Amino acid sequence: MAEAEVISNATPTEEMNGAGNLMDFLDEPIPDVGTYEDFHTIDWLREKSRDTDRHRKIRNRRKESLWEFVKSLLDAWSGWVVMLLIGLLSGTLAGVIDLAVDWMTDLKEGVCLSAFWYSHEQCCWTSNETTFADRDKCPQWQKWAELMTGHTEGAGAYVLNYFLYVLWALFFSFLAVSLVRVFAPYACGSGIPEIKTILSGFIIRGYLGKWTLLIKTVTLVLAVSSGLSLGKEGPLVHVACCCGNLFCSLFSKYSRNEGKRREVLSAAAAAGVSVAFGAPIGGVLFSLEEVSYYFPLKTLWRSFFAALVAAFTLRSINPFGNNRLVLFYVEYHTPWYMAELVPFILLGVFGGLWGTLFIRGNIAWCRRRKTTRLGKYPVLEVIVVTGITAILAFPNPYTRRSTSELISELFNDCGALESSQLCDYINNPNMSRPEDDIPDRPAGPGVYSALWQLALALIFKIVITIFTFGMKIPSGLFIPSMAVGAIAGRIVGIAVEQMAYHHHDWIIFKNWCRPGADCVTPGLYAMVGAAACLGGVTRMTVSLVVIMFELTGGLEYIVPLMAAAVTSKWVADAFSKEGIYEAHIRLNGYPYLDQDEFTHRTLATDVMRPRRNEPPLSVLTQDSTTVEDVEMLIKETDYNGFPVVVSRESERLIGFVQRRDLTLAIKTARQKQDGVVSNSVVYFTEDAPQLPASNPQPLKLRRILNLSPFTVTDHTPMETVVDIFRKLGLRQCLVTRSGRLLGIITKKDVLRHMAQMMNQDPESIMFN
Amino acid sequence: MSLFSVKTGVSVLTLICLLLAATEAKNSEDIRCKCICPPYKDIEGQIYNQNVSLKDCNCLHVVDPMPVEGKDVEAYCLRCECKYEERSSGTIKVTIIIYLSVLGLLLLYMVYLTLLEPMLKRRLFGHSQLIQSDDDVGDQQPFANAHDVLSRSRSRTNMLNKVEHAQQRWRRQVQEQRKSVFDRHVVLS
Repeated sequence: MAEAEVISNATPTEEMNGAGNLMDFLDEPIPDVGTYEDFHTIDWLREKSRDTDRHRKIRNRRKESLWEFVKSLLDAWSGWVVMLLIGLLSGTLAGVIDLAVDWMTDLKEGVCLSAFWYSHEQCCWTSNETTFADRDKCPQWQKWAELMTGHTEGAGAYVLNYFLYVLWALFFSFLAVSLVRVFAPYACGSGIPEIKTILSGFIIRGYLGKWTLLIKTVTLVLAVSSGLSLGKEGPLVHVACCCGNLFCSLFSKYSRNEGKRREVLSAAAAAGVSVAFGAPIGGVLFSLEEVSYYFPLKTLWRSFFAALVAAFTLRSINPFGNNRLVLFYVEYHTPWYMAELVPFILLGVFGGLWGTLFIRGNIAWCRRRKTTRLGKYPVLEVIVVTGITAILAFPNPYTRRSTSELISELFNDCGALESSQLCDYINNPNMSRPEDDIPDRPAGPGVYSALWQLALALIFKIVITIFTFGMKIPSGLFIPSMAVGAIAGRIVGIAVEQMAYHHHDWIIFKNWCRPGADCVTPGLYAMVGAAACLGGVTRMTVSLVVIMFELTGGLEYIVPLMAAAVTSKWVADAFSKEGIYEAHIRLNGYPYLDQDEFTHRTLATDVMRPRRNEPPLSVLTQDSTTVEDVEMLIKETDYNGFPVVVSRESERLIGFVQRRDLTLAIKTARQKQDGVVSNSVVYFTEDAPQLPASNPQPLKLRRILNLSPFTVTDHTPMETVVDIFRKLGLRQCLVTRSGRLLGIITKKDVLRHMAQMMNQDPESIMFN
Repeated sequence: MSLFSVKTGVSVLTLICLLLAATEAKNSEDIRCKCICPPYKDIEGQIYNQNVSLKDCNCLHVVDPMPVEGKDVEAYCLRCECKYEERSSGTIKVTIIIYLSVLGLLLLYMVYLTLLEPMLKRRLFGHSQLIQSDDDVGDQQPFANAHDVLSRSRSRTNMLNKVEHAQQRWRRQVQEQRKSVFDRHVVLS
């Protein structure tokens, strides 16, 4: 025990304390020291050094007894155990959400009489009454009009079905928004911008809490089933992170250390995407590329494991009955040709344009919601948007069904046995073909009417998604973005296919469409379009391509997907640098330091506080401040920490002490330690200062003092300072000149300075 | 606190086990082999659905009665597409029922919190106190607040009081969240 103390004393951290002084109450840690307040940023360096100390302590105790040895083993394994639990729970929740959404979406149209818990497809699963012409009809499944009036056809039945469809949609979305409002307001939105901010070191208490988890899971099902233009993928990442946070509280290693906790959350985000898309590797890369801030190799392996367990759990639940993890899993085997890269790149351009339009439109609308009277009626807004969506969606068969099903149909290739309208090609085996070497078929009337309906669906989706994302219900934008891209891609695909059929003598088609092979796969165009649109909105590249490739299970299509993803990123970046998540982070003013270069030539001295004509910095001295002085200082200022100097004359820097730690330490000392009164001297040195005997008992606070605060000189360029803040995750940095303390730069100052340099309102950055 | 989290962990694991167990309990109706046969000569397209195992899932076993004569069987069967599928009806049933009961409980609690409780309070304490208790929540510092309640709840031993205090604390937090999300629009907009 004593040995361990000595070793830990050798490090210059706040763990250093004088053992031996019996009166020193601080030998036992004060509860809550080292935690943070709501809406504050964490100090990554401090968290890291605290974890190193904890780890060293455990390693040193290991040799003492068998029990300590077992404890150290448990500690080493706890990270993997947490990952296992996260994978199990997020996989299970994703399965529950998938099954419940499947059932509830169909509930809008009808009900299964033999067992109410079956969706339409499950209801007719064993039925022998399905016919070739009408494949999803069976007597067990009844539409509402049929159940109520007995008629299946006719205007009356249509109107009744229409009315009930809208009514159910309104009911589901009303339930969702009121549950969110009453139980967990933090459950609304997609959650990815907030998770990005949290992972970069911001504290939002309750954002990953148990109630948020419960309400987000329950309302996500309602929101998706209500037929609104939103997806479950983004919210699933939030749900998985909530699971991560839940299991962190089981192990003190993670619950006591905000830095370690964020490593677990990064891995949980990977598990979330893993189950959302059935793409475990894509999930890991998504976490790395899109959400994480600090992603060491250890986290990479753990994310890999969590994603694996989550995917396995979801697979064993088998929610779609197709032994796949997603509804729109496809398998193509047809090759693609070089000339097709042109339409693929055009789809990439479309994706970039859609991304720009969506981000601009959505941010403008969200800003309106934030600043004008519109924001006062969140429930009404949800109801109105749901009403409009349902009324416009029902007449069009492509918007009536769930968006995942739509994407699934658009991705699918037309086999000979497909019943879909999109596959209504003129396919008469007796027909004498004009030339035998053209494998493609002319489009039938069904395809042309489907094209019209798809074009209308495209316009509808583009417009309504802009207004849907950001409402006060759980809503993700992956699925609607993919739907927009898939519709556009399918239209382009059919156009190219028909062009190849009707103009087979053109020179490009002559080389391209060889005899005996299908030369154009419209489903592949839909998939490329989906990737392009998703890329345009989120600006993902690598993870996006991997996710799409895991969806198709074919390595052949990597090049088309890459071409489309890169083009859409270029086009979208030409208009604006930030993706939808960064745009939302900036709209809300979260303190997020992004990875962009800082190119302005300012110095630390221009940014530091105090400015030239401001009062001097509030500092503590190492051995002459009294408890009363400290309390006055805490009461009169709202700074989050105070530098400690040798004396007011010399101003040489000793260390830095956090406001919260100081408050707690003094409060505890006043309660528990005898002899501490208002004019007791507070000292941060190793030994108590020489005081006259008449003075009251001094208070030692060395334990809460950070002896290694980060310092820069006043002539350090801001470029370097920003880099230090970004890479080390600092919370504040002290500015000195030849050892004398000059001022302080906080993360807030850096963010405000950056906003100012980019001509934005610096006051919009949120900080408590 | 940690006891509570252990409890949560245990209940979560139970849920997972329940679902996995439901997955294991296979119903005999849970496998099917579905063959779709397109129109052939003057025979209409047909769908055949049989409850057979994976190795028997082909046109010859499933299409019964065979609509064509001996020499045409091969040609007919080549055009058919047979797909073996599995599902687990137990999981679907359990999941939907669990989901609906959780939703139902939440709705009941919501109705209680928003409609019944204010009414009861008004009847019990009168109008003035209700307004006051609503007022004093927002402006205080959230952490000072939480500590206050926390230390008070520790000192009491009565289980019921503890639950009530936890609930009070939770409600205060939700109110805080609601203020920042719905009223002030500082986060999540």
